[in-house]
Amino acid sequence: MSDAAARAPARSSSKARPALLNALQVGLPAIALLVMLAIIFSIRPAAMSYFGFHLLFKLSVPLVFAALAQMMVIMLGDIDLSNGAFVGLITCVTALYLQDAPALALLCYLVLIAVYAGFGLLIHSRQLPSIIVTLGMSFIWLGIAVILLPAPGGSAPAWLASFMSWQPPLMPLSIWLAALAALAGHLVISRSSYGVVLRGAGGNPRAVERAGWSVIGIRVAVYAAAGLLACLAGLTLTGLTTSGDANVAPAYTLLGVGAVILGGGAFTGGVVSPVGTVVGALTLSLAGSLLSFLQVPPTWQIGAQGVILFLVLAGRVLLSERAR
Amino acid sequence: MMNDPTSPKKDVAETVNADGLLIEVRDVRKHYDAVHALGGVDFHLKPGEVVGLVGHNGAGKSTLMNVLAGTVERSGGSFRLGGREIGVWSAASAQQAGLRCIFQELSLCANLTSAENTRIVHRSLRGLGWRRRARQVIGPVLDEIFPGHGIDLDRKVADLPIGERQMVEIARAFTQTSIKLRAVILDEPTSALGHEATEQLLAHIRRAAGRGIACILITHRLNEILAVCDRTVVMVDGKVVAERTTPGLTRAALVELMGSIERPRDRSAGKAASVQAPVIRHAGRDTADLTIDVGKGEIIGFAGLDGHGQRERLRAMFYAARRQREALPGAYVAGDRGSEGVFSLWSIADNLTIRSLNALTRGGMISSAAARKLAETWSDRLKVKAPSIDTPILSLSGGNQQKVLFARALASDAQVIFLDDPMRGVDVGTKQEVYRLIRAEAENGRSFVWYTTELEELTNCERIYVFREGRAATRLEGDAIETGRILQASFGGEHV
Repeated sequence: MSDAAARAPARSSSKARPALLNALQVGLPAIALLVMLAIIFSIRPAAMSYFGFHLLFKLSVPLVFAALAQMMVIMLGDIDLSNGAFVGLITCVTALYLQDAPALALLCYLVLIAVYAGFGLLIHSRQLPSIIVTLGMSFIWLGIAVILLPAPGGSAPAWLASFMSWQPPLMPLSIWLAALAALAGHLVISRSSYGVVLRGAGGNPRAVERAGWSVIGIRVAVYAAAGLLACLAGLTLTGLTTSGDANVAPAYTLLGVGAVILGGGAFTGGVVSPVGTVVGALTLSLAGSLLSFLQVPPTWQIGAQGVILFLVLAGRVLLSERAR
Repeated sequence: MMNDPTSPKKDVAETVNADGLLIEVRDVRKHYDAVHALGGVDFHLKPGEVVGLVGHNGAGKSTLMNVLAGTVERSGGSFRLGGREIGVWSAASAQQAGLRCIFQELSLCANLTSAENTRIVHRSLRGLGWRRRARQVIGPVLDEIFPGHGIDLDRKVADLPIGERQMVEIARAFTQTSIKLRAVILDEPTSALGHEATEQLLAHIRRAAGRGIACILITHRLNEILAVCDRTVVMVDGKVVAERTTPGLTRAALVELMGSIERPRDRSAGKAASVQAPVIRHAGRDTADLTIDVGKGEIIGFAGLDGHGQRERLRAMFYAARRQREALPGAYVAGDRGSEGVFSLWSIADNLTIRSLNALTRGGMISSAAARKLAETWSDRLKVKAPSIDTPILSLSGGNQQKVLFARALASDAQVIFLDDPMRGVDVGTKQEVYRLIRAEAENGRSFVWYTTELEELTNCERIYVFREGRAATRLEGDAIETGRILQASFGGEHV
């Protein structure tokens, strides 16, 4: 038809623009990250070194994993408010048992992950809002953690602590781990044929169900994966702090959400980017250091961190509106 | 988790039984609590046969198809597939048996690309290079059914216009990988397609039948049924009331079988409308784009091929009318019910009265008595089929939801009502009722601006504008409104 032929060239030229804007959207947290690094290096050029990077990004490792855990849940259109409390519980279990009774510790991890998956099942089968269920879960995790370890304490196994302070070649460990996590996430969620089904289940669960997939199975599996990633966050955090603390990571919940959204995810479900999430997590963890370098008084730091988050997110929203 | 759907039952549907039937259901029933959606239906389908399924909205057509596709579990009755008794049936086993369904509301994942959506229905598209293979599966089928479609397979479905989405969904149902495709159920497949794409689809259904793929076509456009089906099944109130071979069948006969009589046109041709000044005068973008005049009590139609700027103009007129200082109150009836029409969690009453809240306010609060009265009056006038006005709107059939949206506009103080192809996927009986109501309201002095993709609806209009390439290109009035001239204007004269 003549009109189809007339439409075709317009289509191909307009294709490049959304692609560029999409790239910018993923790139925005990366740009923010580079700007922050540039500011830090201009204040303290000595930070531009292997050791400088090591110090700057050391604390980002657990946040990267926690953000990826949050990303799995947001991918299904849910939200996980128990993420931070769960990480805290894992640090307690790790600090208490992993050294002396590794089998018991492993069993605890498995049971906790199974419970996480079980809550996914509950949310799906009873059609409950995830925000309510996970809010309730967060108190349960916190309660168990406080019962296990009323005051911060315990000790990380030596191998864990030494792994976290290991200095691999080329790049600091934190950068290696972030890069590997981003790569693995990208391959599984964005590229693999199963990742498509997972994202599809977040975008239009009915369509995926009608194509013959078990959406309930998908939800349980994704929640289990989120539990596993949160476990990794707890383990790496224990390795850094070398002790367990029920209240060590409540901020991870919302920082994780921030990282996912910053990295191009959307609350509607089905739209997430693992690479963006990792970069977002690095950006958010660097924001704290940046403020210290700028000598912002500690009392103002939380608020200033909020402003940075706001600015980057607002930039992303503006870009995505442009892309429409 | 995502384990393989049931153990591969290779022999299911591998052979057809002695009577040569692919699908045979007997006395199938489905009830939701007290409501009987299907009350004992017998239905059969031979390989390579095209069966049309017609009936009122709520007649149980979609329920029957959902039972066949495994997305709704039947409450009773037997189901034989390829001569083999089927017990528990699921969407996964239907896929495995080569049974596909194009559902009335699109079932693509909007956040994925067309190629990725193809992967969702094909388990064998996995491993390295699956993306490339998925493109190779959907691309040729799309090219075959809709030549020159111009759809980018790597574009997110959310970014495609609704007509293209429907093309992708249709093409996806006809793709084939490791499982042999046996039957495709098409539930209102042409509702968002333009005229040309519809013809292409109908031609493809015949081609597919020639290759042994059976099709079940559900549509309210009876000429489509008459054009392609070998056999037509008529359903009323959850039961099959008639079954006819299509040759020799006429439109009027079909409508009669459905229990509603096709009314002759009673257009008050050439009403002296242009005497008074128009209530709305909306200038076009340039000289080639006609100014649209709407007089009091007039029904103005927007025609042309789907997606040629009618909807954009309708919206522009609606917003322009609202911005005018002494504007007449307007109301907009959306065609895309799901995303622009209904408040899905609200009841019929809440959905119906939302446009009239100002009129229902007493001392700053909404008077619930007045609201209920308004909702009841109008749901009665439009004959909305529901137990009560407190029923959640999503439990209604599509046609009844659309009636509620009409009632919302009509119950309001709106003097100009903009209709955005609202009769998409609505049955003939409901349509006739609504047409009558529109004409009656026009007599009372309300004006209608009506965009429609169904040519016959335009006979209700006093004046129509045919759109082509984003502009109102041709104006037809009174007796000049006839199918041939509209088509000619849509395609831009004789040289097409």
